[in-house]
Amino acid sequence: MSKRTLDIEVLRYDPEQDTEPHFMSYQVPCEEDWAILDALNYIKEELDTTLAFRWSCHMMVCGSCGMMVNGEPVLTCKTFVRDLPKDVRIEPLENFPIERDLVVVLDDVMEKLQMAKPYIIRKDPPPENEEFNQPRSALYKFKQYTMCVNCMCCYSACPQYALDSSFIGPAVLALAHRYNIDSRDQGKSERLDILADHDGVWNCSFVGACSEVCPKNVDPAAALQQMKIDGAKAYWLQKLPGGKS
Amino acid sequence: METIHADVVIVGAGGAGLRAAIAIAETDPSLEIALISKVYPMRSHTCAAEGGAAGVKGADDSLEMHFNDTVSGGDWLCDQEVVEYFVSQASRELIQLEHWGCPWSREDDGSVAVRPFGGMKKKRTWYAADKSGFHILHTLFQTSLQFPSIKRYDEYFALDLLHKDGKCRGVVAMEMRSGRFFAYHAPAVIMASGGAGQVFPFTTNGAVKTGDGMAMAYRAGIPLKDMEFVQYHPTGLPGTGILLTEGCRGEGGILVNKNGYRYLQDYGMGPETPIGSPVLKTMELGPRDRLSQAFWHEQKKGNTVETPWGHSVLLDMRHLGEKKINERLPLVRELASSYVGHDPVKEPVPVRPVIHFMMGGIDTNLNGETQMPGLFAIGETACSGLHGANRLGSNSLTDLLVSGKRSADRASAYAKETGRSEDNPTLRAQAEDIVGNVRGLLQRSGGGETTAGVRREMRDSLESGAGIYRDEKGAQATCDKVAELHERFQGIEVNDKSNVFNTDLQQLLELRNLLDVAETVAEGSLQRRESRGAHQRLDFVGRDDENFLKHSLAFREPKGRPRIEWLDVTITRSQPGVRDYSGGKDK
Ligand SMILES: Cc1cc2nc3c(=O)[nH]c(=O)nc-3n(C[C@H](O)[C@H](O)[C@H](O)COP(=O)(O)OP(=O)(O)OC[C@H]3O[C@@H](n4cnc5c(N)ncnc54)[C@H](O)[C@@H]3O)c2cc1C
Ligand code: FES
Repeated sequence: MSKRTLDIEVLRYDPEQDTEPHFMSYQVPCEEDWAILDALNYIKEELDTTLAFRWSCHMMVCGSCGMMVNGEPVLTCKTFVRDLPKDVRIEPLENFPIERDLVVVLDDVMEKLQMAKPYIIRKDPPPENEEFNQPRSALYKFKQYTMCVNCMCCYSACPQYALDSSFIGPAVLALAHRYNIDSRDQGKSERLDILADHDGVWNCSFVGACSEVCPKNVDPAAALQQMKIDGAKAYWLQKLPGGKS
Repeated sequence: METIHADVVIVGAGGAGLRAAIAIAETDPSLEIALISKVYPMRSHTCAAEGGAAGVKGADDSLEMHFNDTVSGGDWLCDQEVVEYFVSQASRELIQLEHWGCPWSREDDGSVAVRPFGGMKKKRTWYAADKSGFHILHTLFQTSLQFPSIKRYDEYFALDLLHKDGKCRGVVAMEMRSGRFFAYHAPAVIMASGGAGQVFPFTTNGAVKTGDGMAMAYRAGIPLKDMEFVQYHPTGLPGTGILLTEGCRGEGGILVNKNGYRYLQDYGMGPETPIGSPVLKTMELGPRDRLSQAFWHEQKKGNTVETPWGHSVLLDMRHLGEKKINERLPLVRELASSYVGHDPVKEPVPVRPVIHFMMGGIDTNLNGETQMPGLFAIGETACSGLHGANRLGSNSLTDLLVSGKRSADRASAYAKETGRSEDNPTLRAQAEDIVGNVRGLLQRSGGGETTAGVRREMRDSLESGAGIYRDEKGAQATCDKVAELHERFQGIEVNDKSNVFNTDLQQLLELRNLLDVAETVAEGSLQRRESRGAHQRLDFVGRDDENFLKHSLAFREPKGRPRIEWLDVTITRSQPGVRDYSGGKDK
């Protein structure tokens, strides 16, 4: 297999030593079928063991390897050398504080994830000793929104989150929606708060950048759109005399 | 060092650890749970599982049949009381997941769908397209978020166990973000740290699967059981080792050699079955050990295909059609297209056997109890005797749930009985030792070895001496090599001196664990002088029930190689017999 050498610039930052982030350059002889993650591992093994980045599965499902590659938030195990120019710049995901090198602080979204109440909430008990019946049509309604790997690329792309990090953001809203429209769930009203709140769905400006960068085609923008419609209904219902939340 | 008190500490937030945490939180919210994981829970490698989870479902199926498939699939090295319990709880656990929101694929009537899997006589593998593990993991993680008693420590690297008077009392971990050390004190510790595929060069296992929990237990004096049994999955992508699920064959995919011939029929798995209508438990739906061994022979005969990434056979799924592939195997299509440039809708995909699963692990009984009171182990890091000499695909996802629940119940009871552990000088000194050891690693310099270098040699040596086929000479050489690498490990310098997210240090700590695991795999391969399931010896052909119907237990020796002891297998109702994958003849 033929090799191709890439000039890779990587953003480096160690809070214990550096006053600010800086770039370091590496020349990496890549196999043509490599993902950019392989190039990072080459750097780590052969050139500079101090480079810090997250990864695990190398098969696009664990969601750890999200980074900016030439300005785009991507999964680095899903971004191939063959599709990149000779000069490549790798930076940590935008809109997050840098913890170290390519590793970002995820506390904010992890907390928001919890706020979405992403679990089945039941008022009635589930069927005894058997599954819920769920026709395929009902499954397909929400299936797409279960595909999120929490890579957080959408938060890097989201102009609203960039402006104001109190915005709950695409992945979390899509997850709340996923449970709201699951035929087994009865907890929609409990998830209303995060929508009705000013940090919720109303803040999205609908440019759809989240859906464009999503490596799993989750389409958070569509979820937000649907929620807004639903949310508006629920919101006004609450305003009716005798309305309940 | 900071001290944290809890009732139960769980190391690992994959499928097993999360299931256990939820079980404890549900049954007794007053118990405080510390859930430690070196990665965020949803990064755990359970996310990579594609095919599905086994549990009896159809009216034509029975617990008895699931039991028989598992025991014969495991070449009678399974502890049968464990299998009996497992099959009895399997579907209950899978239904529980359904109630928690797992998006299982559905039949036309809206019930959960099941698919055929290798070595299973009936269709009983519950699946969510080809992302079953991913959905199981996310369902469990998301469900766990509603329980305030589960306190998570994400990106904390567990280092070693604390124990006193033969009882487990906690664990020491390092916070990756700060490099700070924490001593967790708890009467019960559940190890749920996953497998160790990273001891081999070519594996479906992610970077996190470095056998940390096995090594921690081993260093604490607890034996690792059946470590010589390492499963090769027959269909990994050459080059990366990325898995193409057995579901490909379950749905009807076939394996052919370079002449387009379905070679499995030459290895006791024929006669050939019609293309597109797979027959359970024969040909492509034979067990993984047999299929991987057949590849080895085909390669010897010169029947494999040469690819830029080495020798392969071909997995042909074209006859399934685009619609079915998109609906049932979308990830497989994406992976094969992206990583080897073959779209399964249009052309056969090159595949080869790849290290996939550790049947062995921390020695436990049915309750997940180890030989050390207070220490429990579940999931892939444990060896309860369920999988025997060869795990059947889709039994292990279910095992995460069944063993997770059962040992959570035991651990809760034990924790309540024993009460919170007091901080005391012995444990404090132990914790200081553990931390001192890590600081020592960080400070030493000048040995001239590298983590990547030692790791590579270890992996290559394991492949050559403890691979699909083994013999005395090769296994001996690997034992010697691993011992040598243990020495050379001392000469590795950590370049990164930072306290913040120091992955250079982390990889060195993982290598230490891998080397501990590697020596048990090598020693077991050497000392089990018979062929059974996934352990095949060229110089000891065939199963030897007289001498080796036994589990191996590898104990750590302070100096030198591990000591192996042998433990009887529990047989309740199925006497060792012939594994028959010729279709139809099997009772
Ligand atoms: C590609 C692939 C496909 C598979 N497909 C199937 C299938 O279809 N059906 C099936 O039944 N089985 C399948 N398996 C097997 C099955 O998925 C695994 O055995 C199972 O998911 C392991 O789960 P676990 O909870 O034991 O470990 P993991 O999910 O690996 O989790 C381990 C946890 O331990 C933590 N941990 C490890 N070390 C430390 C440490 N030092 N400190 C702190 N935390 C630590 C990790 O952070 C992680 O949270 C597959 C396996 C692979 C690799
Ligand atoms: S490494 Fe898991 S998604 Fe890229």
